[in-house]
Amino acid sequence: MSAYQNLEQMKGDFYTQKFEAGKQDGTLIINMGPQHPSTHGVLRIVIEVDGEYIVRAEPVLGYLHRMHEKMGETQTWGGFIPNMGRVDYGHAMAWNWAYVGAVEKLMGIEVPERAEYLRVIMTEFNRLTSHLLWWGAYILDLGAFTPIMYAFDDREMILDILQRPSASRLTYSNFRVGGLQMDFDDKCIELMKTFIPHFRARLPMYHDLVTENIILRRRVEDIGVIDQDMCRRYGCTGPVLRGAGVPYDVRKDEPYSIYDRFDFEIPTQDTCCSMGRYKVRLAEMEQSMRIIEQALEQLPSAEGGHIVDKAPKPAMKPPAGEAYFNVEGGRGKIGVYVVSDGGKVPYRIKLRAPGFSNLSAFAEAATGTLLADAVAILGSLDLIIPEIDR
Amino acid sequence: MNAFLSNLIPLIIAAVAAMIWLGLNALVWVYCERKFAGHIQRRPGPFEVGPHGVLQPLIDGLKLMGKQLLTPDNADAVLYWLAPLLSMLPVLLLFLPIPYGPVLIGMDVNLALLLILAFSSFNGLAVILAGWASNNKWGVLGAARAVSQTVAYEIPLLLTVLTVSFMTGSLSLLDITVQQGGHIGNWFIWKQPLAFIIFIIAMFGETNRAPFDLAEAESELTAGFHTEYSSMGFGLFFMAEYGYMVVMCSVCSVLFLGGFNGPFPGIEGWWWMLIKTYALLSLMVWARWTFPRVRFDQLLNINWKWLLPLATVNLLATALIMKL
Amino acid sequence: MGKFKENVIQPLIDCWSLIVGLKITGKYFCKPLVTVHYPRQVIDDENLETYGGHIELIGKPKDPATPKCISCMMCVTNCPSKCLSVVKSKPPKPTAEEEAAMKAAEEAGEKVKKPKAPKNPAKFTYDYSLCSLCGTCIDNCPAKSLKFSNDIYWVATSRKEMKIDLLARLKEQATELSAPVPKTEAASAAAEKEA
Repeated sequence: MSAYQNLEQMKGDFYTQKFEAGKQDGTLIINMGPQHPSTHGVLRIVIEVDGEYIVRAEPVLGYLHRMHEKMGETQTWGGFIPNMGRVDYGHAMAWNWAYVGAVEKLMGIEVPERAEYLRVIMTEFNRLTSHLLWWGAYILDLGAFTPIMYAFDDREMILDILQRPSASRLTYSNFRVGGLQMDFDDKCIELMKTFIPHFRARLPMYHDLVTENIILRRRVEDIGVIDQDMCRRYGCTGPVLRGAGVPYDVRKDEPYSIYDRFDFEIPTQDTCCSMGRYKVRLAEMEQSMRIIEQALEQLPSAEGGHIVDKAPKPAMKPPAGEAYFNVEGGRGKIGVYVVSDGGKVPYRIKLRAPGFSNLSAFAEAATGTLLADAVAILGSLDLIIPEIDR
Repeated sequence: MNAFLSNLIPLIIAAVAAMIWLGLNALVWVYCERKFAGHIQRRPGPFEVGPHGVLQPLIDGLKLMGKQLLTPDNADAVLYWLAPLLSMLPVLLLFLPIPYGPVLIGMDVNLALLLILAFSSFNGLAVILAGWASNNKWGVLGAARAVSQTVAYEIPLLLTVLTVSFMTGSLSLLDITVQQGGHIGNWFIWKQPLAFIIFIIAMFGETNRAPFDLAEAESELTAGFHTEYSSMGFGLFFMAEYGYMVVMCSVCSVLFLGGFNGPFPGIEGWWWMLIKTYALLSLMVWARWTFPRVRFDQLLNINWKWLLPLATVNLLATALIMKL
Repeated sequence: MGKFKENVIQPLIDCWSLIVGLKITGKYFCKPLVTVHYPRQVIDDENLETYGGHIELIGKPKDPATPKCISCMMCVTNCPSKCLSVVKSKPPKPTAEEEAAMKAAEEAGEKVKKPKAPKNPAKFTYDYSLCSLCGTCIDNCPAKSLKFSNDIYWVATSRKEMKIDLLARLKEQATELSAPVPKTEAASAAAEKEA
């Protein structure tokens, strides 16, 4: 027998009831999502709104929980790699790398030099697609319908390039323990070399059309201040942290793979607002291109193949122990922690998603702003909900 | 009796012509907007239905008519269905006093401008009814925003229109057009450039078009005041929006761009009016697909802090110069 | 004065960015389209070659209708999504001569030679609705018998249709390959020139 005999008794679900407990007079409680055009994925935010001003906001997660970490306990080591492509479809290769890096650390495998270069090039291209998608979708949320089309024009070119070595366009799973699935062919490298100058010539147009636009600037400047103290309390990383002025990037501060061979900068902005985070991401796109150029130059002199000789089979058995590997993703610091008990199935995999920490800063950043600003702040945090819910 | 009939029959013909004109414009501009949007975004736009997609709006209209007319639970049915009608009907009236050609005018009233300004305020009432009667939190929020926006942007509109009528001494649109006759130098845009710019911006605000379209094309508040409408209810709001756009652009071309006058004397015709109106409509479509949306308080700021003082200063300056 | 400049003059100057934005979209309005207008245009083959669709078997070079597969089941066990299913072929029934030879060997106490099962699989089914397109099966096949298909026009209209019988598909592709290539106009014109 249901506890609720009468529909009227069931006044909202658990979250709404708890949220309503602290309601002030004269305010309205609205649900943004889980079906909403601007929350990028299935995110629900319960907002208490006084006229147009947000008094309290609380994200409710779990609508997209697919138990990736539990799947890690039932899949073989090699068979878990496709999962990592689906956790965050924006920067799938970074998640692939984090997992594969952790397993390689556990097994003591050294990846050949050429494979490292290929990984760097592909991950940086993937960072470009992730930022382009973010840029287009952010401006779409703010009401302009054309910049997303221009961004997708460039993004499709990158997807065509990345399709060659991986046969995928969005949910890449071409990393293997010990290297990559396929090597680049000559056509791929040629396309990459022609793409960089083409995209460099397009970036000024993005700035002219959108960044300098006074309407956008008024929507985005000084909105959603997340300063250094807030970042430290919530554990924000990535462009959110760099937009607050802290020059922390995993590629420079805890270098992994061959990132110490490249000369690139960490863009930061001191304004701590959404505009700062926006500018950081656009500057990161330029830095990614620098890394790719240098890597393409150094690639012919790299030794080895695209995968280590006698690469472990998918049903490999790493020695018992634990390893943690972190990687700079498009959203922040991605970490994967694996525990092995010597079997062919992991004992525990823990995924550290940067979006989870970034989103938790939203509640504090959005208090006191207008409802329209909530959308601007959410967009500037660059959330991909599947990685938050895992 | 005879006088009554001889006044009534042309009026009825004009009203029918206005309905046809509105329908045609809605069809043409729905198509043009989607095609412009497509080409700005470097994609084809509607292409399949009819050659190059020209029958698309017709089929869309038929589709809308074929859908089910839903009334939400606990909604006030009378007000709910009154709102789209109230939005649509004044548009027909607004077309009547606009001179589309030297003899192509529905009714030549002395107070044409007053008529137009007065009846275009009905849109605000319709929006509030729609939002309130929908029994939907998002609808109410959207309607509240839309009403304060519409009411606010009418004032600079009124002030700029007053400026022009100060200069011409008449509120009749036919009169204003005739006074801009002759060559292109007579058009009022040269004498009142500030008023022209203010009118254009106020036009965007009045018709809820981007970048001032918070009431409708929300990515924040789903669909604002017309969230709950389906089928022809939505269709009527849609048509009414295009109708208001055409009316406002026609009024702008009459007031500032010389109406049906050509650049040289002696070649007046309805085609000039059409070209000018459509050029302004293209500008509205172009701006929609380029700019992001303005936030609500910034929208009101633009009106109360920029447009209103500028329009007032313009009016006072015009009055001063006219006196001297 | 500073405040006046900041609050009044600067926003007016910034409004120029609106005109710049209009110029950019106006410029793109006049440029050609970048989308591929299907079905009037199709994506070029060069792009399609690297497309990774569903899995396909590779036939033997001399016998395209038979896969290179040796029924080792590596793909089946290693697939993370458990979407492949392979059934080994059963050995054929011995012919009369072989039966006699077997009996003779049995009576003589020698090792009995049983007819060998062919290495190709009897059944090779693949559920595309479960596949995660990771390529693990392709990597681990010792006979290099699997590849990604680049048929972008493959569609299924029901769940049942997504269970592909890969052997049947290989046979279909083999018959297509062995069909005579239709002569294009250019080829026949070249042939005429030579003659």
